Amino acid sequence: MKSPFALSLRTGLPRSFADWASLAALCFFLVVFVMPLYLMVVTGLKEGTNVSLSSMWNLPQTLTGGGFSEAWKRLWPSMVNSLVMTIPATIISAILGAINGFVFSKCKFKGSNVLFIVFVFGMFIPYQSIIIPLVKFLQSVNLYGTVVGLIVVHVIYGIPITSLLFRNFFDTLPNELIEAAKIDGATLMNVLLRIMLPLARPAFIVTGIYQFTNIWNDFLFGVTIVPNPKAQPISVALNNLSGSFSVDWNVVMAGAVVAGVPTALIYIFLGKFFVRGMLAGSVKG
Amino acid sequence: MNLNLRDPAWTTYAQMFATARWQCDLRNLVVFIIIFLLVAIGVGLLLALLLDRKLVGSSLFRNMFLFPYALSFIVTGVAWRWIFNPEAGVNLLFSALGINRILALFGAPPLKPGWITDPTVLCPLNDILGKVFPSVNDLAVQLGIPVALIPLVIAASWQLSGFAMAMYIAGLAVVPEELREAARIDGATEWQVYTRVIIPQLTPVTVSLVIILGHISLKIFDLVFAMTGAGPGFATDVPGVFVFEQTFKAIRYNTGAAASIVMLLLVAAVIVPYLWGSVRRSR
Repeated sequence: MKSPFALSLRTGLPRSFADWASLAALCFFLVVFVMPLYLMVVTGLKEGTNVSLSSMWNLPQTLTGGGFSEAWKRLWPSMVNSLVMTIPATIISAILGAINGFVFSKCKFKGSNVLFIVFVFGMFIPYQSIIIPLVKFLQSVNLYGTVVGLIVVHVIYGIPITSLLFRNFFDTLPNELIEAAKIDGATLMNVLLRIMLPLARPAFIVTGIYQFTNIWNDFLFGVTIVPNPKAQPISVALNNLSGSFSVDWNVVMAGAVVAGVPTALIYIFLGKFFVRGMLAGSVKG
Repeated sequence: MNLNLRDPAWTTYAQMFATARWQCDLRNLVVFIIIFLLVAIGVGLLLALLLDRKLVGSSLFRNMFLFPYALSFIVTGVAWRWIFNPEAGVNLLFSALGINRILALFGAPPLKPGWITDPTVLCPLNDILGKVFPSVNDLAVQLGIPVALIPLVIAASWQLSGFAMAMYIAGLAVVPEELREAARIDGATEWQVYTRVIIPQLTPVTVSLVIILGHISLKIFDLVFAMTGAGPGFATDVPGVFVFEQTFKAIRYNTGAAASIVMLLLVAAVIVPYLWGSVRRSR
């Protein structure tokens, strides 16, 4: 699971015309990529009265926090909902994925590879395709409209990807580890708990970040399973903020920044693990 | 609730496929997938190749290009809805950059895209296709490129080109330097090194990207929902939005379920061969 991003790039000053042209092209794309982020922050910092269409690209005239205090006031309850949902769902799905990954990697049985494909297919199933039976089921077990219901759904939907990430990790550990432990009289459970899980710390970090980002950013489950606005996660709250008739764009943009901050922080400080999970989640096998 | 099978059993599907809205959805899906894949994969490849020259600031560029991927589609959709505001946003940008002044020199009207609210369909295809396939004439939808889809493609590409770039960087890391050297020694120009050696070596990455980004586009919902919804004259409606609105707004469970099964089959048609192939290769 070595990330290509971890390679130290030997970078140099441009020497040829092609180098200068490349650098110019990169700068152009940088401006294009930063432009929406700039607009989000700048609009968020403006006071409501200063948000006019003709000056939308200008910097704010005063530094008073603009829409941020209002956005924070309206979004923090759903921020709490999102944390209460995301953290347990991340931890539980990672643990289940670790057990599955161990079995798929080190305790192969007849048909386990086919079963694994079926597992992995699970992560591609469109949410929409299961949403009607899912809502009916949650209603019948009284979890509809609750955060617990959302946690259960995210744990189950997370199992394919977490199993895949852990299987790939355990595949990199030599089988001799298990053989040696078995000769010493360890049971399979002992092998898993005493040897495999402690070694799997990097996989837990990668999987945890992957799941946290995915669950935090989810919208469809939040909006369909929890109709009560007070219990909805932040992605739904943000959409409600911008969907009302009189849109205060400074508050909405500040809200978009607030909703994006947790995953942005993860990306900034744990980017290496973020990229590893992202690539491992897409390159199968 | 009436739970008996309809007679014939596929009545719901037949009715759904006959509606103008569902036909719009399928048209939008095809147009979106084609343009989005071309833009996202093209930009991703270009960025990866530019970064591969290992110039100053590479890590800063790389990290900024991938950054939008960490945000949610809702954040992206909300931000880009503001940018594509039909009264300001990009319009002001076109003026500020002097594009409109250049257009005026040639006597052209200023570029003023009200894309999000524009129901126009570019490149109408019904007449041409109707000559080859007479059944096209029965369609209730104007085939072509809905203008309102363009902002969606731009927003989705902003978010996911970085992912394509990251995949290509990972792919480039395993293209051996000797291969390029050998091609140069054999007299290949720099252009040929790229088109004949490096890009062909990246074909497996391109295939993966078509599958992954393709299946994301088949399922796309959040971005459209936050940015445009069904759009003017269903110009930006997609199956994901259709299922949601039929099921939870119109409470037509049968239509919602039928559409969701079509989505599942489309995704399965793309993903199952891919998974099968990659697991067999790894054995």
